[in-house]
Amino acid sequence: MLDKSIEKSPIQLSKEDFASDQMVKWCPGCGGHAILAAVENVFPRIGYKKENFTIVSGIGCSSRFPYYVDTFGFHGIHGRAAAIGSGVKIANPGQSVWIATGDGDSMAIGGNHFIHIIRRNIDVNILLFNNQIYGLTKGQYSPTTPMGQVTKTSPQGTIEHPFVTAGLVMGAQGTFFARIPDNNLKLMTDVLYEAAKHDGTSVVEILENCVIFNDKAHAFYTSKENRDEHQLILKHGEPMVFGKNKEMGIMLKETRLLAVKIGEGGVTEKDILVHDQYNPDPGIHRMVGRMTGPDYPVVFGVIRSAKSFTYDDKVEEQIDYAKQNSKIQTVDDLLNSGETWEI
Amino acid sequence: MSIKESKKNILELEDVVVKFVGDSGDGMQLTGSLFSDSAALAGNDLATFPDFPAEIRAPQNTVAGVSGFQVHLGQRKIYTSGDMCDVLVVMNPASLRSNIKWAKKDATIIVDESAFEGKAIEKAGYTTNPLDDGSLVGYNLIKAPISLLTKESLSGLAIEKKMAEKTKNMFVLGIMYFLFHREPDRTISFLKKKFKAKPEVIEANIIALKAGFNYAETIEAMVSTIKVGAAPMEKGRYRSIKGNIATAWGLLAASERSGRPLFLGSYPITPATEILMELAKHKSLGAKVMQAEDEIAGICSAIGASFAGSLAVTTTSGPGLSLKSEALGLAVITELPLVVVNVQRAGPSTGMPTKSEQSDLMQALFGRNGEAPLLVIAASSPANCFHYAYMAAKLSLEHMTPVILLTDGNMAFGSELFKIPKVADLPSIKPPLAKENDPDFKPYRRDQVTLARQWAIPGSEGLRHRIGGLEKTNIDGNVSTDPLNHELMVNIREDKVMRIANYIPEQKVYGEESGNLLVVGWGGTEGMLKSAVGHMQEKGYKISLALFNYIMPLPVNAADVFSRFKKIVVCELNKGQFVKYLRMTHPEFKYQQYNKVQGLPFHVSELTQVFTNLLEEI
Repeated sequence: MLDKSIEKSPIQLSKEDFASDQMVKWCPGCGGHAILAAVENVFPRIGYKKENFTIVSGIGCSSRFPYYVDTFGFHGIHGRAAAIGSGVKIANPGQSVWIATGDGDSMAIGGNHFIHIIRRNIDVNILLFNNQIYGLTKGQYSPTTPMGQVTKTSPQGTIEHPFVTAGLVMGAQGTFFARIPDNNLKLMTDVLYEAAKHDGTSVVEILENCVIFNDKAHAFYTSKENRDEHQLILKHGEPMVFGKNKEMGIMLKETRLLAVKIGEGGVTEKDILVHDQYNPDPGIHRMVGRMTGPDYPVVFGVIRSAKSFTYDDKVEEQIDYAKQNSKIQTVDDLLNSGETWEI
Repeated sequence: MSIKESKKNILELEDVVVKFVGDSGDGMQLTGSLFSDSAALAGNDLATFPDFPAEIRAPQNTVAGVSGFQVHLGQRKIYTSGDMCDVLVVMNPASLRSNIKWAKKDATIIVDESAFEGKAIEKAGYTTNPLDDGSLVGYNLIKAPISLLTKESLSGLAIEKKMAEKTKNMFVLGIMYFLFHREPDRTISFLKKKFKAKPEVIEANIIALKAGFNYAETIEAMVSTIKVGAAPMEKGRYRSIKGNIATAWGLLAASERSGRPLFLGSYPITPATEILMELAKHKSLGAKVMQAEDEIAGICSAIGASFAGSLAVTTTSGPGLSLKSEALGLAVITELPLVVVNVQRAGPSTGMPTKSEQSDLMQALFGRNGEAPLLVIAASSPANCFHYAYMAAKLSLEHMTPVILLTDGNMAFGSELFKIPKVADLPSIKPPLAKENDPDFKPYRRDQVTLARQWAIPGSEGLRHRIGGLEKTNIDGNVSTDPLNHELMVNIREDKVMRIANYIPEQKVYGEESGNLLVVGWGGTEGMLKSAVGHMQEKGYKISLALFNYIMPLPVNAADVFSRFKKIVVCELNKGQFVKYLRMTHPEFKYQQYNKVQGLPFHVSELTQVFTNLLEEI
């Protein structure tokens, strides 16, 4: 649900209302432009007053984001956007807080804050620009760069196991995880709206193309030629099917997922898993979230959206309770509590 | 029970230092606190200091497991918890072994004789029983079979042996109440409250307390009792307060007075953790407390909360301050209010976490990348942590700059009497909040006098803006790498902090305004320096003390104060960090220095020796 405690705009705002006066300095062709467009699309749809959005970021190409949107904005330091955003939301729950960050910002230097904001389920929306490379420092490998990839700091190929963002988020007990390609604006806008509606930390991983340092990194799943074959767009309550004619599907066989062709080998539509994004058990979400080629499609859309209480709501609840039940109502009460005496 | 009909001599003393020492499980902290409360109620001024091991439960009867509580009480103003003690209460051999060096040559030592048996003596590292081998000759040794007598006094009760054992601290307290002419009523009502659900525990403790009192009256070994009269104190309502608690309360008072809700982002670290625990208790005052995943998240969440409109605080100790350095720079460049409390401990690295030092001054002043000046304030006693925490918050909020408040382990754990103020009497706090829909609002438009920018809180209509760690143009606040703008902003940020000198009190001198020797100190050494200087002033020396609480910027009259003395000696519990800072800011004066880096406070005797030598050279 959209947060009723956040004040709505009395007038219908438009995309243009959210464009700031600053020049957008991303490279031509950078996925960032599409993300910015999607955010400018979705903010008017969400309908809060402009003053009730705060965008927080860390460091990296992604993190210039706040300068480009005409809301409150805070450009932080490397890796710390989640911590800064936590403070904004807890201190000022009337804000809709959006965190713009990247794979290096959130999964390398800021890994600790990333997993802990998710674990706490603070009601913020995290836009995770995953281009599998360090762009602003010009082409070093990141925690999501595929094993073996040659980069400026891995001339013989990386020797690190990359993070799968979905696995990390769900391992940290994430309540909302979605994945979107940077070349599907409609899906991106819809998913961001879903993220805004979710109570808790919403992580939206955007497979973003870096034209300069890691061009076509996601092309195997996102390019026009490949997407039918390798993309599975999840919809709640619908079977997990993909392929040009939706002839392929995902089924669970014993403890494993299988990508199967419907009608072949006795497989019928009934055998195909139906997506339940609200399932509290993250088991299937985790399995489908980790799927990757060439044997499996990559899933997009909202993978998980489980209900749970939020940290920031609990903070308010505890404060309300204490205010109603404590003998200490003012600092004078506190100073005079316990053992005191007159001289 | 009453002391009136006692036939013992009465020693009337100006001040007394008492130390309770025993095994970690012996309840020395509680005994010491109750004894201190009784002294406070009798009108004494006092200061206390707990001395406990870093380990939670070190092996029983070992030196590593000794826990102590020291209290200095007097019928005059008490500045410190004292260095050498007049009365040492000893519960086992290990505590005697580790504390005998803190007893004055003629101190009264009350020992639990029944705890001095084979194994315990051996574990403490003695080869013979120190109570019998003549090593304690010269002391006023009172051997009392405390454990044994406690058990005997409780023999009529159907309680477990272990519990009978546990009440021996009340027996000791009873002895001490007799020795110091104290009424045990308050302690009895305290026990009734504390153990409300366990009537048998109340009964056992009260019996032990009374038994100890009566025992003290009867034994011949105790030839005299001690009387310390009431100290002349300003009228008012008082309480005893620890430095960490006073810090927390000062911040809460600043929050209430400024109307800005308190946010604390903090990670547990000795000796600062208690501030976090204390603030977590006070949700009824609107305090939002987040125990962060690390030190960096502590300060960064606080910066976010400050951006969002809170009085934002993070609390830590030296190693944590190191981790916060980068984020402090962010608070400097975004010009947001932020209170960073650094409860100093002995470093570097993990160092000696439970021991106190003043060695984070340079880190506080300069430990950041780039030109990153900020406000640095130091509290100087457990009770005045309240005032300086309040002032740190006030100046930070009004001047839109981060502040580092330095306290230290001794202040944090030590306690003293605190005259309770009324919040309405505290100085007002008026942060420069931007007005909604102000057509002239710009993120870096400034007050021409203070140079503080306006604080535009998210949610306020018409005040949308973006700030961050990148350099910004003055006034407009757009990202800029313009060379002249950068230099302008660097200069403005420094000037803004330096102008705070006009809003802090002038430096006071303790003693004559001029003389032969000016003792200079800062922060937590106030008590020892005042005691030593006061002692020498009484002897007629032309010596005064300037104790600094405002470090960056320094009070405007600092040079004037320095110029009126023939010699200046700067005393610090570090290698000379403040003196280096003074040599830099006021190079026209010659400074001598006296330093100690042992994780221990100064002793009055060592200071008077140093000062005497310096004065003799004049």
